[in-house]
Amino acid sequence: MSLRRWSVTLLTAFVALLTIAPLLWMLSVSFMARGEASAFPPPLLPSDPSLDNYRMLFGSFGIGRFLLNSLLISTLATVLALLFTIPAGYAFAKLRFKGRDATFRLLVAALVVPGQIGMLPLFLELKAMGLVNSYAGALVPWLAGIFGIFLVRQYCLAIPDEMLEAARIDGASEAQILRRIVLPILTPIIVTLALFVFLGSWNDFMWPLIILADQDLYTLPVALAAMSRQHVQDNELMMAGAVITTLPVLILFLALQRFYLTGLLSGSVKG
Amino acid sequence: MSAAGRVSEARAGWAMSSPALAAIILFFVLPAIASLALSFTDFDIYALADIGNLRFVGFQNYERLIGNPLFWKAVTNTLLFVGFGVPFIVALSLFAAMLVNSRWLKWRPVWRVALFAPYVTTLVATAVVWRYLLHTRYGLVNYLLSLFGIAPIDWLGDPHASLPAILIFVGWKTFGYNMIIFLAALQTVPRELDEAARIDGAGWFTRLRHVILPAIAPTVLLVSVLTVAGMFQLFAEPYVMTQGGPAQSTVTILYFMYEEGFKWWNLGSGAAVAFLLFLCILAVTLVQLRLAKRSGAI
Repeated sequence: MSLRRWSVTLLTAFVALLTIAPLLWMLSVSFMARGEASAFPPPLLPSDPSLDNYRMLFGSFGIGRFLLNSLLISTLATVLALLFTIPAGYAFAKLRFKGRDATFRLLVAALVVPGQIGMLPLFLELKAMGLVNSYAGALVPWLAGIFGIFLVRQYCLAIPDEMLEAARIDGASEAQILRRIVLPILTPIIVTLALFVFLGSWNDFMWPLIILADQDLYTLPVALAAMSRQHVQDNELMMAGAVITTLPVLILFLALQRFYLTGLLSGSVKG
Repeated sequence: MSAAGRVSEARAGWAMSSPALAAIILFFVLPAIASLALSFTDFDIYALADIGNLRFVGFQNYERLIGNPLFWKAVTNTLLFVGFGVPFIVALSLFAAMLVNSRWLKWRPVWRVALFAPYVTTLVATAVVWRYLLHTRYGLVNYLLSLFGIAPIDWLGDPHASLPAILIFVGWKTFGYNMIIFLAALQTVPRELDEAARIDGAGWFTRLRHVILPAIAPTVLLVSVLTVAGMFQLFAEPYVMTQGGPAQSTVTILYFMYEEGFKWWNLGSGAAVAFLLFLCILAVTLVQLRLAKRSGAI
């Protein structure tokens, strides 16, 4: 029994190490001197670790600006997505109004349509609205989060109707019920949803690439892609850029992974 | 409840859902429908400057696409990604899930998080990392292969290796997501059933085939559908790692749409590509659902 236990654990540890090896290697190379990683066999650890690559990225490459852009866009996307989806999810679960169920069925059907299908007309639409090449343009797709509505609704269905009725009899308005009773119950799913949107908007590439033309507005992924096209040879510098781009969200995920993984399951596995 | 209460409830319902509904209609439904309309026009850089230059051209965009070898190259590449990538990634995810679900495993949560980590990393950043891991001369991948006596492979420079190279990256990046879904399904497989098969002397593979797979069949379908959709949406991977090359071997449908629309500003033709892409995804999903129904999985 114990042999089996150790062999399974060892095998899993090996697979896990193989999985995170690229991330560890990225971190390690980012501390290497210029050109050090271009050797065979590839060095695993820097011979003389330094922060030079990071200094260069923040100094001459101005990556701080892109970091701020990413932070701003992801934070705003998260706040706005929550403002739009939480009331809607609650309404679809608990408030009876005509056409509610038909509308919700349409929304669920729309989940199979990938967002990229409408990207070109959306670009033209935003151009007409004067939002191309602006933060607002980058935020727009996150307002229309059908998945978020779906997730919030799932959780609201579990709230007992008697609780809401009691509040109504006490004279609470629907807005007060949402704020005072529903929101506190929903806290875990709000954290989950916030995490989904933040990570999603931080990691997104295609839409910001299309809608943001000025370099001043670039998010980290767009800036990194542009840099890596110009500096194909600078391994160490690009690894430092990759660390700056990926580390914030990785840390956020590790800190809140409990919420993230449960949310993933309630969203994807039905019944 | 009183009639007045019901009216106020309905009013609140619309008030709370309409901002989200308006955003969905304005920024999702309308553009998706407009994509079809746009695909029948010759919307290009001249129409972008002055809408008066816009003309209705019927099926011309579609006809031109059918005659364009690069479009067919993109379609073929994407189908190759689907054909090879979906079985590869589904098998990899199921293997990881079974490993993490094993009753013999210690420190389970640690491994679960480690295996999931690549999924939450930034795609562009890890694509840059993998471009170096796959470097012909200095890359770790070729170094590891050399330990087994395998000659260096020009992963991103050889048209035959570029697609497998991107699949390795995509598999690494996404298997954790499917693993979590499989994990939840595996936990619903009755332990007694598996135990009984084990006592009857069934080996690991027999139990997988006759006990586990039938029990999680709907989840296998769900994961396959999600992976197919993911494969049809490959864009940043070839954009960062190969720029569609070498010899256009990694131009995907979405990459083609991006270049058509935002590099050459042929928005009408790009919209036609988008609409065909949608039909492809829809068709594959419907076929999978039909097959699943016939085999009794759902």
